[in-house]
Amino acid sequence: MTDIAIKVENLGKLYHIGQFAGYKTIRETLMDIASAPFRRLRQTGDGRQKTRDASPPNTIWALKDVSFEVKRGEAVGIIGRNGSGKSTLLKILTRITAPTEGRVEIHGRVGSLLEVGTGFHPELTGRENIYLNGAVLGMKRDEIKRKFDEIVAFAEIEKFLDTPVKRYSSGMYVRLAFSVAAHLEPEILAVDEVLAVGDAAFQKKCLGKMGNVASEGRTVLFVSHNMGAIQNLCESCILVDDGKLVEIGKTRDVVSTYSDKTLLSSSPLIERKEQKNAEFIIRAIEFLNSKGDKSDVLLAGEDVSIALEFLCKKGEGLENVHIVYNITSGGDPVAMLHTGYSHPFERVPAKGRILCRIPRLPLLPGHYSLRVRSYSNHIMIHEIPDAAMFHVGEGPFFESGMMPQYGSEARFLVDHRWELEER
Amino acid sequence: MDKVQQVGPTAAPITVISPPRGWIPVNLRELWAYRELLYFFTWRDIKVRYKQTIFGFAWAIIQPLFMMIIFSLFFGTLAKVPSENIPYPLFSYAGVLPWTLFAAGLDRSSNSLLQDVNLLQKVYFPRMLMPLAGILSPLVDFAIAFIILIGMMLYFGHYPSIVMFWILGFLVLELMLAAGIGLWLSAINVEYRDIRYAIPVLIQLGLYASPVVYSATFVPARFQTVYGLVNPMAGILEGFRWAVLGTKPPSDLLFASVAIILVILVSGAFYFRHREKAFADVA
Repeated sequence: MTDIAIKVENLGKLYHIGQFAGYKTIRETLMDIASAPFRRLRQTGDGRQKTRDASPPNTIWALKDVSFEVKRGEAVGIIGRNGSGKSTLLKILTRITAPTEGRVEIHGRVGSLLEVGTGFHPELTGRENIYLNGAVLGMKRDEIKRKFDEIVAFAEIEKFLDTPVKRYSSGMYVRLAFSVAAHLEPEILAVDEVLAVGDAAFQKKCLGKMGNVASEGRTVLFVSHNMGAIQNLCESCILVDDGKLVEIGKTRDVVSTYSDKTLLSSSPLIERKEQKNAEFIIRAIEFLNSKGDKSDVLLAGEDVSIALEFLCKKGEGLENVHIVYNITSGGDPVAMLHTGYSHPFERVPAKGRILCRIPRLPLLPGHYSLRVRSYSNHIMIHEIPDAAMFHVGEGPFFESGMMPQYGSEARFLVDHRWELEER
Repeated sequence: MDKVQQVGPTAAPITVISPPRGWIPVNLRELWAYRELLYFFTWRDIKVRYKQTIFGFAWAIIQPLFMMIIFSLFFGTLAKVPSENIPYPLFSYAGVLPWTLFAAGLDRSSNSLLQDVNLLQKVYFPRMLMPLAGILSPLVDFAIAFIILIGMMLYFGHYPSIVMFWILGFLVLELMLAAGIGLWLSAINVEYRDIRYAIPVLIQLGLYASPVVYSATFVPARFQTVYGLVNPMAGILEGFRWAVLGTKPPSDLLFASVAIILVILVSGAFYFRHREKAFADVA
């Protein structure tokens, strides 16, 4: 028995696009049917379909030449921008759609959590849906029966077991759906963005459950935009971009590549739709290190600044301006910097730069994103998510220079001193 | 689409996923492994069918009953359609009953994939289970409406005999036919929504093209085989009526029907498997 769980070789998927995406005319279909037996005869000769490098008109390679291996018991994150092909990859691995070329070898049962609540029927009760959904996800009736109480307890819906799920609150619905799926016991579990739902507490519970799955030696494939969750859960990661595998390796490195890529490709601030027609326009946000040089990499413990260049549209200044920075990491809020806490600007000129100085940067090594909100006279002008991103590297916060990474152990750095007293 | 060397929860199966090519036979072993899901789909269809209705399962009786009453009034009493010396209400009900089962199965199975597009795009299971569940779920309605048939037989003094067990055989044939057409239509329906509009027409025309309100003996003997080939339901309906009421047993008609049913079922299964790979992308 090998220790390979999934082996992907030269996987490719061609999609038809355009007005009749995927549709064929009846004539084409009939031609297809008529010629199919002969096609097969021809193919037996070389056995393999020839790889088509150039895509036919009106088609797009959602995936191309993707090869990798996943070991048994490994938790692997799949990351990439929207439309990069990561969901297509997961769909092929879970046999929802067929590849156009290449080959996948899967050792073990695959369970998928591609969207919580798939297969729920609104008219059926919670109890009935547990059975139905369990069966849809590949559980046997006895297995569902055995785990029934556990599923109900995890979802915290004991009182509503015999209520049709259409009367459930969305929170209850999601909890029940996730609970059923979380109790699947396949050798390989494929998860796509399910954690984007539910309240924070339940999300945490789900993550914990998934962590258990991975530690039980089952293989987990995890597609998510939540870098925090990916970093918590997966030791290795696959980065997909434009249908191609860009990088595979340690999660920290791959996430770093991904962040750099996103940084490069995100549209310049000035063109962001959030500040179209706004009276206060942010031209650029830059991070300055202790020497005052522009840099996207800051060191933990050095004195840094966030510089915001602005322009007032009407050519005259604005009154009572507030700037709010929300620093997040992988979707988790980390800190909020608000001019209202320390320094409101009663009047800003028509053009200028606002500096926010942070002495001894108390952030852990990791990737951070900045969301910006601006107010004038307590009216919000705009809110720009992911306005800028920066990376924090290990730095001189502690004398030793050592520190934990952002993630499960800590969220930020605290200035502290240890003392020993003999009594 | 894929080669699954082993299916089942006990062994760690090795699945090879590769681009599908040519015609793929039905994977009976996999269907068998997923039999519980077929049960659950059927069970869901039955459960959901009459939710939030006042009459509930009474609807299973209302439809064939009122068809029978209208037919008896216009075809039996007014048009005096001959009914092989069987009281016309009983004669027509014995036709309406299997026809309703067929029509409901056809309707549900051909729309089954589109109704659960969500599922189609999120979870893997043999797609065939969906149209098959659509065929099986109307059996409950049939069983309920069957009670009325027994009641009518007793009322009109046609006591059931041992021959009645032949019904089971004709039911199997009917399900095979419905499955065959259901597989064809559900697969086409995913790509061409025309099917949704064609089905009511098909069912309506089929009712009058089949020996429901009249006897198949209307058709001259030399055309019986052609009739059975063109309309395979004819053989089934005549057989059903023979088993229940002891009318003239179908011979050429039935053989022709059985032959065409097999052709439809096998070709439907192959066509379905052929199109299956594109369902998630096209639907």
